[in-house]
Amino acid sequence: MKFAVLQFPASNCDQDSVHAVRVLGHSSRLVWHKECSLGDADAVIIPGGFSYGDYLRTGAIARFSPVMQAVRAFADNGGPVLGLCNGFQILCEAGMLPGALVRNRDLQFHCEHVFLKTNNLESSFTNSIPNGKILKIPIAHGEGCYFADQATLETLKANRRILWQYCDARGNLTEIANPNGSLLNIAGICNEQGNVAGLMPHPERASESILGSDDGKWIFQSVIAAFEEKRV
Amino acid sequence: MKAKIIVTPKKAVVDPQGKTVQNALEHMGYRGIKAVHVGKYLEVELDGGDKESVRKSLDEACHKFLSNPVIEDYKLEIAD
Repeated sequence: MKFAVLQFPASNCDQDSVHAVRVLGHSSRLVWHKECSLGDADAVIIPGGFSYGDYLRTGAIARFSPVMQAVRAFADNGGPVLGLCNGFQILCEAGMLPGALVRNRDLQFHCEHVFLKTNNLESSFTNSIPNGKILKIPIAHGEGCYFADQATLETLKANRRILWQYCDARGNLTEIANPNGSLLNIAGICNEQGNVAGLMPHPERASESILGSDDGKWIFQSVIAAFEEKRV
Repeated sequence: MKAKIIVTPKKAVVDPQGKTVQNALEHMGYRGIKAVHVGKYLEVELDGGDKESVRKSLDEACHKFLSNPVIEDYKLEIAD
């Protein structure tokens, strides 16, 4: 399977994403944001970082990069797109995912491991996660507080599109386990069609046990499994 | 010609910056402060042209790019 990993000015998790995919035995190609084509990619990763210095709003400028038109067309065609951290922010700004990510409620940049509960094990981004597994994955963001209006939250809930929520080590969705004030402890969601997902935590930084956790690999593995199942 | 754009967080969005500034003001002894909202101010210098068409195109830019309607409101003013 071939991944396209986007590179914007000030992306900084692009190589980590390439590495995480390589560890699982798959290849990726780095795609500069000025390119207009994704080539023969089977999936797209929009990595973390601080594209365009987070000027104006996180992801606000990156969404107008030429490559994002190709990403939109790819997603409209059913291709899987995974936005991580800044990638999630870009997808929200682009309107490819609902809601927005605003300043953490305590105004601090959080760089720490968090625990995630997966709600829906049938999506293209979660199908390989062991049932009941609480994922330990790091976050590193200042603007990760998920906001959407009440109607959007209800829709996300009803359609099982809240893929990951911040929880404690036992899987309880507590206020204290919520690092940034996200509504409903939301850490990651997917679109209506289920082929575009975003999450604030960094699975690519937790894809080998030497990094303190390899729980992130399940998310990449899910994308790979969904692709292989489709091909059969 | 100049455009002045003020972007503020929507009421429903938690504004931790505004809250922190409000707390600081109260600690300093300023009384009667009900709420503080921290937003952005943009000043756009323009070549000139028809005021109404400038307003129309900047209004579109505010909606599409300069503010995010999910979390922010904006006020656009065109000054001579």
